[in-house]
Amino acid sequence: MEGFLNALLLQSGYNAALVGIGAALLGMAAGGTGTFIFLRKRSLVSDAAAHATLPGICLAFMAMVAFGGDGRNLTGLMVGSAGSAAVALVLVDWISRETRLPEDAAIGAVLSVFFGFGIVLMTVIQTMTSGRQAGLESFLLGSTAGMLFNEAVTIAIAGAVAGFLLLLLHRRMTLVAFDPEFAATTGIDVRATDLATMGLVLVVTVIGLKVVGLVLIVAMLIIPAVAARFWTERVDRLVAIAAVIGGVSGYTGAAASAAYPNVPTGAVIVLISFGLFAVSLSFAPVRGVVASVYRHVRFQRQVHLRQGLLAVARGEPIFDGLTLKILRFAGHIRADGVATLSGRAAAAKALRDEARWEVARETHQEDVSGARYDGLTAIETVFTPDEIAEFDRRIGDRIGVVA
Amino acid sequence: MGPDFVQLSLTPMLIGTLAALACALPGNFLLLRRQALIGDAISHVVLPGIVVAFLITGTVAAWPMMLGASLAAIVAVLLIEAIKRLGRIDAGAAMGVVFTAMFAGGVLLLEQSDTSSVHLDVEHALYGNLESLIWLGAEGWSSLLDWTALSQMPPQVARLAAVLVVVAGFIFVFWNALKISTFDEGFALSLGIRARLLGFGLVVVTAIAAVAAFDAVGSIIVIAMFICPPAAARLMTDDLGRQVAWSAAFAIVSAVLGYIFAGYGPLWFGAAGSVSAAGMIATVSGLILAATCLFGPKRKRIGAAREV
Repeated sequence: MEGFLNALLLQSGYNAALVGIGAALLGMAAGGTGTFIFLRKRSLVSDAAAHATLPGICLAFMAMVAFGGDGRNLTGLMVGSAGSAAVALVLVDWISRETRLPEDAAIGAVLSVFFGFGIVLMTVIQTMTSGRQAGLESFLLGSTAGMLFNEAVTIAIAGAVAGFLLLLLHRRMTLVAFDPEFAATTGIDVRATDLATMGLVLVVTVIGLKVVGLVLIVAMLIIPAVAARFWTERVDRLVAIAAVIGGVSGYTGAAASAAYPNVPTGAVIVLISFGLFAVSLSFAPVRGVVASVYRHVRFQRQVHLRQGLLAVARGEPIFDGLTLKILRFAGHIRADGVATLSGRAAAAKALRDEARWEVARETHQEDVSGARYDGLTAIETVFTPDEIAEFDRRIGDRIGVVA
Repeated sequence: MGPDFVQLSLTPMLIGTLAALACALPGNFLLLRRQALIGDAISHVVLPGIVVAFLITGTVAAWPMMLGASLAAIVAVLLIEAIKRLGRIDAGAAMGVVFTAMFAGGVLLLEQSDTSSVHLDVEHALYGNLESLIWLGAEGWSSLLDWTALSQMPPQVARLAAVLVVVAGFIFVFWNALKISTFDEGFALSLGIRARLLGFGLVVVTAIAAVAAFDAVGSIIVIAMFICPPAAARLMTDDLGRQVAWSAAFAIVSAVLGYIFAGYGPLWFGAAGSVSAAGMIATVSGLILAATCLFGPKRKRIGAAREV
């Protein structure tokens, strides 16, 4: 635990601190970018881009070795991976536009074929440079153990660029995500904006290769955005929350990976963000599961209470177990089902309110307040005491209720 | 095509073909139901399934692994459905959340547990090791008729053949129901077809095919075979029966050609060694798809502007 705290406080060595900051920046960029593809309902396109980086990495490695350079130069590998991922994105777009295949099939086909081809190239590299085990496998699941200073700087700069582009483009991307037709009428080039979004995805994917690996980078684009969606209905906050969730998972994940043995960075970052997602799904105030269940139960109680009181007032027998339980719990009826004093009063009130509503709906047909009747809304919250007194006057003593 | 071929190449080729067929057949329906990526998701979540099965039983025996993988697949499908409903999240994103998280869990468990004594690692899970499934007991073509030699075949052959029978049987028995519920679920329901149950059955069959194929050839072929042959077939014909037939043909061609290219291709270029068969099979299926995208007779959407 102490090692973990040290890592969190950047106290466990220069390299670990470097990785931590890099992972946090990556998480923020990925969370922010991911929000827009999530809103555009194209989250899995990024999976195709991520898997499609593999052939690019291999080709870049081969090219660099062929020209006598160091095949493991991170910048070169990043350029190569961005190239093949871009080709993949163009192909996905082309297949889903020009043929009758749906987008998900295009994504799956491009993803698997590029990845398969990448594996072929990787086996070629293994036979080609038997002496120089390229270690390209580390890009599958990421590895931060031997990260160099200039690699971390590359990641930090790319992360900052992605953040800046995000800031620049977020208004248009929002518009395109919610209403592409309207965006087009205001003069925004929808296709160019979509391409720019995908370009951002590409940047995040490529910088994520080293830290999280190409199989799991898509999680950093999707999970923070989905988790953030539970907390807000506003886009700006959504982007900010997703960036925070991404950043926190990246940072703590890197710390955990530095502090404990055999904890792969990418996997633990993804699991932490999934944990934050699970918390959001369960406990977010409005959209969370607990809040929904609470709302449902409260609504159910209200309905049963209301119907039960009306039945008491009308002298009808009640058979429903839940209604009886709720009435008994509220002290409106005794254990043998006979109404108590407070029960009779509440029942009379319920019946009178029902009658008042009936009048209100007749007299207020033209305005909204009359339409507020749903059998549950208390009449006092809609009409003033004067108006209610007026309803009572109209009712007169048509029905025998205790006022 | 001598005894060497039977010993070293016949069984991997056969296993690759059976796996490709078992995945391509249900893939047709997944494609038409816009569920093509279910195969992708399932093949990722298989990893935590087999790791947990290994941790519980301590062996890499086939049946516990397949059971674990199937359970993981079912858990994943239920989780995706739950997140979709509870959080009102779109299907793609819900899928992305679940399969990446479960895969990450599998990777973490794998790193944490001591698997040095057994052959279980992430790379193997991703692209399998088709080339190693050789038939040492064979002495030539005559071994195909020799019961003792046959019993020494890699167990994956029999297992995949059984799975293929199950998959094909499911599709054959429920052909009409599947066809109707795929194209018009409302109409299917009005005919008394239990479309939801059938849809779940299809996912279960998919999971069985994915798990069995995964055990033999790794997840990358599984994903490619679920999608590429059916997608290519979709561009060849408007008839579902013919589409399934085309997809089966494409799957077989991909598996056989892919294996041949991987094993002998480098020799043609004068290089030694061979490349990954799994990767090559996926690549060939992609090339077939590319060809149909460019030249397939039914590649356009109905109503799309014709080329002038």
